[in-house]
Amino acid sequence: MNLDHPLIRAQRARGAVIVMVFLMGVLGIAFFRAQVLRAGDWRLQSDTNRLRALALPAPRGTLFDRNGAVLADNVPGYAVALLPSHRDTIRSRLERLAPHLGLTPARIQRLMEQQRAYPRQPLTVKMNASLQEVSVLEERRNEFPGLELQMRPQRRYLGGEAMAHVLGTLGEITSQELENPEFSGYQPGWIVGKDGIERQYERLLQGRRGYRLVEVDALGRIVGPFEGPAGEIPAEPGEDIHLSIDLELQQWIHRIFPEGMTGAVVALNVEDGGILALYSAPVFDPNDFVGGIALDRWQALNSDPDRPLFNRATLGLYPPGSTWKLAVAAIALELGVVHPTETMPIPCTGGMQYGTRYSRCWRPEGHGYLDLAGAIRHSCNVYFYQLGLRVGLQRLLEEGTAIGFNQRCGVDLPVEAQGFFPSNVGFWETAFGYRPMEGEVLSMAIGQGPISQTPLKMAQFYLALARDGSAPPPRLRQTDRPTTEGWRLDLSPEALEALRDGLRGVLLPGGTAHLSSLEHWDLMGKTGTVQNPPNPAHAWFAGSAGPRGEEPEIVVVAIVEFGESGSAVAAPLVAKTADFYLRRKYGIPTDTIQTLGEHYRTGRPAPWAARMWTEGGNP
Amino acid sequence: MDPPLVLTVLGLSLFGVAMIYSAGVLNEPSPVTQDIWQKQLAWLVLALMVFPLISRVSLRWLEWAALPAFVGALFLLVATLIIGTGAGTAESSKSWIALGGFRFQPAEAAKIATILVMARLLSLRKEAPQSLRDLLAPAAVVALPMGLVMLQPDLGSNMAFLGILFAMLYWSGTPLSLLILLASPGLGLILSYDTRVWSLYIVILALSLYFYRYRLYLVESVAVMLANLAAGTVALPLWNSLAQYQRNRILVFLDPGTDPLGAGWNIIQSKVAIGSGGLWGKGFTLGSQKRLAFLPEQHTDFIFSVVGEELGFLGVGLVLLALSFVLLRLVRLAAGAADPFAGLVIFGIFGAWMAHVFVNIGMTVGLVPITGIPLPFLSYGGSFLLMSWVALGIAVRVSREPPG
Repeated sequence: MNLDHPLIRAQRARGAVIVMVFLMGVLGIAFFRAQVLRAGDWRLQSDTNRLRALALPAPRGTLFDRNGAVLADNVPGYAVALLPSHRDTIRSRLERLAPHLGLTPARIQRLMEQQRAYPRQPLTVKMNASLQEVSVLEERRNEFPGLELQMRPQRRYLGGEAMAHVLGTLGEITSQELENPEFSGYQPGWIVGKDGIERQYERLLQGRRGYRLVEVDALGRIVGPFEGPAGEIPAEPGEDIHLSIDLELQQWIHRIFPEGMTGAVVALNVEDGGILALYSAPVFDPNDFVGGIALDRWQALNSDPDRPLFNRATLGLYPPGSTWKLAVAAIALELGVVHPTETMPIPCTGGMQYGTRYSRCWRPEGHGYLDLAGAIRHSCNVYFYQLGLRVGLQRLLEEGTAIGFNQRCGVDLPVEAQGFFPSNVGFWETAFGYRPMEGEVLSMAIGQGPISQTPLKMAQFYLALARDGSAPPPRLRQTDRPTTEGWRLDLSPEALEALRDGLRGVLLPGGTAHLSSLEHWDLMGKTGTVQNPPNPAHAWFAGSAGPRGEEPEIVVVAIVEFGESGSAVAAPLVAKTADFYLRRKYGIPTDTIQTLGEHYRTGRPAPWAARMWTEGGNP
Repeated sequence: MDPPLVLTVLGLSLFGVAMIYSAGVLNEPSPVTQDIWQKQLAWLVLALMVFPLISRVSLRWLEWAALPAFVGALFLLVATLIIGTGAGTAESSKSWIALGGFRFQPAEAAKIATILVMARLLSLRKEAPQSLRDLLAPAAVVALPMGLVMLQPDLGSNMAFLGILFAMLYWSGTPLSLLILLASPGLGLILSYDTRVWSLYIVILALSLYFYRYRLYLVESVAVMLANLAAGTVALPLWNSLAQYQRNRILVFLDPGTDPLGAGWNIIQSKVAIGSGGLWGKGFTLGSQKRLAFLPEQHTDFIFSVVGEELGFLGVGLVLLALSFVLLRLVRLAAGAADPFAGLVIFGIFGAWMAHVFVNIGMTVGLVPITGIPLPFLSYGGSFLLMSWVALGIAVRVSREPPG
C-alpha cells in the first residue's frame, strides 16, 4: 500500500474536510441558536445583569424612656467597603487600609474569609467609621482604588453607661445567629441587637431594608441610576419603642451607687409593674460596641473580675437573707396558720432550741415576745423559726413554688436567671442524699439554705406587698395592653396591713433602717445582710415608698455585693432612689441630702424625725 | 508560499489586534487591558519578521532538528514545573517561564516540536499502522509532553496535543477503527459518570472487539478491554484528584446554574454577551457586557465572546468562515505535499489548530467545558501568536518541498 499515493491522500483529505466542516458547522449552529433564535432572552438577561438592587439600610427604631427622653437614636455614620476584585488585590488593599482604619491581622483574616464566601459582593471593611477616618480616606482617594464610602445610620446611646444593661449592645450577625430561625431573612453583615432591649425587640427595631436599582458593572461599581418603574423602594425605619424606664432616675442611681462597689438596683412602678430603673454595677459604655468593639476594649471588659457585662439585676442570684422573711410571713398569713396580732409561744431570748440544735437570733439579748409586725421590724429569727415550723417544710416549698420563686419573672429581656428554690423535699435527696428533717424549715424561714433569687424577682415579690397582693410581671416596654396577670398573694387587707406595718417599723426610730427615712415620703422595707464568708456580707434592701399616709407608688430593691450592711449601705440607696423619683413626680425640687442620716451628717434639721418618735416610735 | 492562506491569517491577526483593542475599552478602564493591543501588535510585527525566516529553513534541517527540539521542549516543560510561574487567570498553575521581562509558555513550543517528531516517526514507516501495537510509539511521544503539561496543570494545551495525536495518526493512514479503540478508554472515562451508561458501553465495546476479532491480536483486544475497565475504575479517584476549579468547570459545563456567581460565572456571562449580540451585534467597542466588565478574560480565552457581542452573528459567521478557510487550506497543502514528512507536519498543525478553534469557540457558547485554551491569531498572548506564525511558516515551507 502506498501511503503517499495522491489519490489516497485526497481521500484522507476529504475525510478531514468533512470532520472540519462538521465541527465548524456545529459551532455555527450553536451561535445561530444563541444569537438569532434566542437573542431576545439573552438580551433581557443582559439588561437584568446590569441592574443591581442596592440595599438602603433602615435606621433602627428610636428608644424612648417613659418621659419621652431619647435613650438611643441614630446618627449618620459611614461604612467603608471595598469593591469586588481579585483576592490578592483585596488583600493588599486591606493591608494598605489597615493603619487608617485600625484593622488587626485577625480582622483582615476574617474579612478575607468573608470575601471568599461572597466574592462578587462589596466587602464591608469597617461598619461605622468615624468622620475623621472617612475624610482622611476621601482626601487620598486615588491612593485607595476600589474604595467605596457609604452613608449609613449609626446607633448612638444617649442614655450612656447607666442604660447599658437595659438596652444591650449591637453587633454584626454571627454565622450561628444566621442559622437561628429567629433571624430568618437576615443576611451576613447585618447589624443586630446582641443583648437587652436591642435583642429582645430586634425584629421591631431592625426595620425593613429598602432597595434602589442602579446600573452597575460586573464589579458592582455604580454606573448610574436606573430610570424606570419601581427604581426605588425606600427603607422602612424600625419601630420606635417606648420603655417604662425613667432615664433620669436610672442616671441618678448610676450617680449614687456606692463608688467602686458592685450590685444592682431595680425600681418598679407600683401602678402597673413597669420597670422604672434596672441598674447593674459596674457598667460599660454601649457606644463602644457600635461599629465593632476594639479588641483590647473587649478583652478588658471580659477579663474584668467585676464582670461589667453581667446584668446583676436579672442574672445575679443571691441568697435573699432577711428580705425573705416577708415571703414566709405572707405564706403563713395566706395559709391562716398565724394571726397578725398573736405572739409566738416561745419568746426570743437570743436563740431557740429545736430538737438537738440551738438556733440563734441575730440579737444575743433577744427580742422577747413579738407579734408579726414586731418580728418583721426587728427581723427576729426566733419568731420566724416558729412561724416556719407552723407552715411546715412541705407547705413552704409548695407555696413558694406557687409564688414562682423557682421561675423567671418573664421580663421582656432576652435572658433572665431563674430563681433557685426547691419545689419539693425530693431536692434534698438528689442534692445532698438525705430526706430533710422538719428542722430544715428553720433556716429556710430566715432566708438561708438553698434559696437564691434575682434582685428583679425580689422586687416583684415586694411589688405584691405594695399592691393588693397581685404582682404583674415586670415589663420594660410600655404597652397599651392591660398588664398580664402574674401571680397574687391571697391576703386579706388586714393581713397585708400587718406586713406593711412591720415594714414601716423598720424605718421608725429603733428600726434597722431608721436613718434612711425620708422627709416627704413614707418609706417601708426590709434590710437583709447575707453572710458570705470569707468575703464581706452582701447588703440587701427591699422596700416601697409613697406619699405620707397613702399607698406606695414605687418599689425599689437594691443589693450591694460585699456591702456588709443592709441598713447602712443598701437602705440609703433605696431611700434616695425612691425620694428622687417621688420628688420629681410631685414637683418637689430634688436634693442630694435626702435621708435622715444625711441630714444628721450635714447638720440639717430633720423635723419629721422628731414627729416619728411621737407618732409610732417605740424602740 | 500560499498567498491566500498567509493573507487570511494576517487578516485574522490584525482583526485579533482590533478585538483586543476593543476588549480594553471598558467603562472603567483597567490599566491591565487598556494598552495590551499595542503589545499584541508588537508581537505580530515580530512574528511577521520571523515568518519569512522560518519559511526559508530547509526541510531536511527541520527533520534533523525534530528530535533535539523535542528533547529541548521536554526539558523546558520540566523546567517550567520547577521555576515556572502563573499568570493572569491561571495564577495558580505553573505554565510560564519568565526570562527578564519576557514570558513564554513552553507548551506552545512543545506542540511544534511534538508535531515534528511525530512526523519524523510516522514518515519513517513504510506502511500505515495496522495494529494498536503500532500506535504505541506515537502515543508515547505525545504522552510525554501531555503528562508534563498536565502537571502544570494546563487542561487546554492537552486538548491540542490530543488533536495533534489523532490528526497525525489519521493522516498516516491508521484505520478509523484503531483510532476509535485508541480513544475508547477516554470515552470510557467520560461515560463512567453513570454506571448504567458505562455498563452498556462496555458491553457494546466487548461485542465490537469480538466482531473484529480477526483483525486484532488477542493481546490488543484484552488490552483495550482492560484499559476501558481501568478507566471506569479510576474515574472516581481521578475525579477526586482534580483541583476544585477543574471539577467546577466540568460541573458548571453540565449545568452553569449550579454556581452562577462562582465557576458558572464565566460561561453564563459569555453566553449572555454572545446571545445579546444578536444578528448584527452591538457595534465595535460597544458591547455592554464587556464594557461593564461582566465578561471575564475578554482579551484572552473569551475574545470570541467580544466578537459575538459586538459584531453579532454576522461577525461570528465571517470569523468562522475565515478560520475554516485557513483549516481547509492546510488540508489542501497536506494533500498536495508529496513528501510524507511534510504532509504529516502540515496535518499535525491542522489538528492542533482545529482543537484550539473548536474547544475555544465551543466553550464561549457552552458547547465544551471551559479549559483555558486560546484562539489562534485572535487571543491576546505574544508567545502563542509567535508560535502560531512559526507553525504557519513551517506549514508553508514544507508544502513547497518536492517529493523526496
